[in-house]
Amino acid sequence: MIGGFTLLPGFDNPLLWILGVPLGSAGFLAVLKDWRVATWVNVTAAAVTFASSLVLIHVRPEPTRLLFIDDFNVYLVVLTAFVGLTTSLFSAAYIARESEAQRLSDLHLRFYHSMYQAFLFTMLLALTANNTGVMWVSVEAATLTTVLMVSLYRTREAIEAAWKYFILCSVGIGLALFGTTLVYLAAQPVMGDGADAMAWTLMIKQAHRFQPDLLNLAFVFVLVGYGTKVGLAPLHAWLPDAHAEGPTPISAVLSGLLLNVALYALLRFKMVIAANGDTLTPGPLLVVMGLSSLFLSAFMLYRRGDIKRLFAYSSIEHMGVITFAFGMGGAVANFAGLLHMTMHSLTKSAIFFAVGIISQNLGTKRIAAIRGLTQSHPVLGWGFVLAVLAIAGLPPMGVFMSEFLVLSSTFARQPLLAIPLAIGLLLAFGALVARLQSMAFGEPPPHAHAHGKAGPLSTALALTPLWVHMLLVLVAGLYLPKELVAWFQNVARLLG
Amino acid sequence: MGAQISYDIAHLIGATVLMAGFQLLYQRRLFAVLNTFAFQALALAAAAAWQANIQHAPHLYVTAGIALVFKAIIVPIALHWLVEQLGIHKNVETAMSIGWTMMAGVALVALSILLVLPVTAGAAALTRESLALAMSVVLLGLLMMITRRNAVTQVVGFMALENGLILAAVSAKGMPLVVEISVAFSVLVAMTLFGIFFFRIRERFDTLELADLETHRGDRQ
Repeated sequence: MIGGFTLLPGFDNPLLWILGVPLGSAGFLAVLKDWRVATWVNVTAAAVTFASSLVLIHVRPEPTRLLFIDDFNVYLVVLTAFVGLTTSLFSAAYIARESEAQRLSDLHLRFYHSMYQAFLFTMLLALTANNTGVMWVSVEAATLTTVLMVSLYRTREAIEAAWKYFILCSVGIGLALFGTTLVYLAAQPVMGDGADAMAWTLMIKQAHRFQPDLLNLAFVFVLVGYGTKVGLAPLHAWLPDAHAEGPTPISAVLSGLLLNVALYALLRFKMVIAANGDTLTPGPLLVVMGLSSLFLSAFMLYRRGDIKRLFAYSSIEHMGVITFAFGMGGAVANFAGLLHMTMHSLTKSAIFFAVGIISQNLGTKRIAAIRGLTQSHPVLGWGFVLAVLAIAGLPPMGVFMSEFLVLSSTFARQPLLAIPLAIGLLLAFGALVARLQSMAFGEPPPHAHAHGKAGPLSTALALTPLWVHMLLVLVAGLYLPKELVAWFQNVARLLG
Repeated sequence: MGAQISYDIAHLIGATVLMAGFQLLYQRRLFAVLNTFAFQALALAAAAAWQANIQHAPHLYVTAGIALVFKAIIVPIALHWLVEQLGIHKNVETAMSIGWTMMAGVALVALSILLVLPVTAGAAALTRESLALAMSVVLLGLLMMITRRNAVTQVVGFMALENGLILAAVSAKGMPLVVEISVAFSVLVAMTLFGIFFFRIRERFDTLELADLETHRGDRQ
């Protein structure tokens, strides 16, 4: 007990399960020798984590000095646990084929499964931490686990990608730590020494008394630091390499989850800044970084030769759109930003599931070598078509709805800013559709060098997460439940 | 002990860390870079121990211990051994001439003083000036990472940057989790460097020059 708060949650507290299960299974998987068992332990652990996260929707534990749950982070926790579960299912099928093709040794697989759970743990801890320092440590640990996974294949490109990722993101989180220290220094004269001056729940109430100049300086460091991890231009250089060279399930969680977690950290700091009132407005900074990410990636999409890199740039594009929306601020734009975070997460991980199967079936990641998918693999091919059209922003999918909301709210308030946004979105749309056409239609290539054979059961296992995600995105585009809308609106108000 | 003298000593040690940051910028030989880094880590350990003393915060002695054992002794010795084992070039290429690098370093220190002192007007004098020193060390570390073209010196640059971050964290009065943060950094560096990269880079490339890595960009049509 510290000052009336219990530090650690009790057994009936879902937070204990959400954090304890991934951490415990990371340890267990590190010593488990049989990779076939390990894939299913991995799936079971992710399923238990997801089930416990669902409890949080109804039961809201009291905040402690270490952990807390509020309207904002609860939905990201559920989303992270859900994508963690579907990716673990996909990963079971993916890993079986990689192992059969002897691209990964047993030791690598043991390492991979342990790191997968460790990665989920660090992300969930970053989301639920009620302390800026704990959040920082967990984002750093998430960087470490993913650096190790990106280098898993030991190819020249994988090592270069991991090295670049390590150097850029370490510097990024280093600067974020400096920003975190500065925020503590701004809070400390008001709130006294110790953990109180780092707790989100307590800081936000006193933020109006913090020194605004110090917060300004802190926000610049936090923006550059966590912005590197979000992949905002011009700090994005690590992202395409890291996504392209790691195992595909890792690309899916990197793109679908880790970028969201980094953005969440940035937004928490923005909330403190907004609660102060006398600081610079962070909006324009976010708008500029968002737009430059959108444009840079929209042009880069046209010149990609590697299918995983293509969709990595598309992630930069969407992170740009989301950052732009939060930079605009206000109820509608924040709502759209939150919705887009969810839709992008589901759609992009679905795309990476498809890309993983495609590259295993055809034995290549080169876009030029991928043709006629809808003919050679109909279920996979049409799922891929649906997912890419969704991410490009075609109605009636959920991504269209959130992009439309961003665009229309911008048009209502700053019509001039809506023009570059619309141009950027159209450019990206054109690039993705052009690439999709060549990959999905036409004559399939005659000789495919598949990595390992997939049985019908394994194929079904790999395809289920893809279709589940696409179904959710489609339903969200047609109909959002009233409770969900009210919830998003509530969070949008919190974000200011 | 008077407040003035404890302030002066903290200032002196902080300035020593910064001076070592400058020395790192102009070393041309790899072993000299490693020795200078060890010296900087030693100064950081002294700074953390001194802050533990004047703030009556015993946990900062742990941070000082980590800086002393891990950064001032283990890392330099291990890097020394690696450089010997791999037979890397002992001279380091720099991207800019030494003169220009030093000028840029001076400009960065001036920038941090001009930025930090006005915005921390409310804080104690000790915190303000330590923070200005720490930010200078961080920026010098960044400059070193930019101007050096070798994996070993880039890592040393990153760790010099990290020394600045730890200096800032120990100077912030009563900041929790400083120990955990320094442990997290050490684990990151140790796991990445010795577990994976140096051996793998050796295995694959027979060199630690980053230019050789960069010729193999993955995205070729």
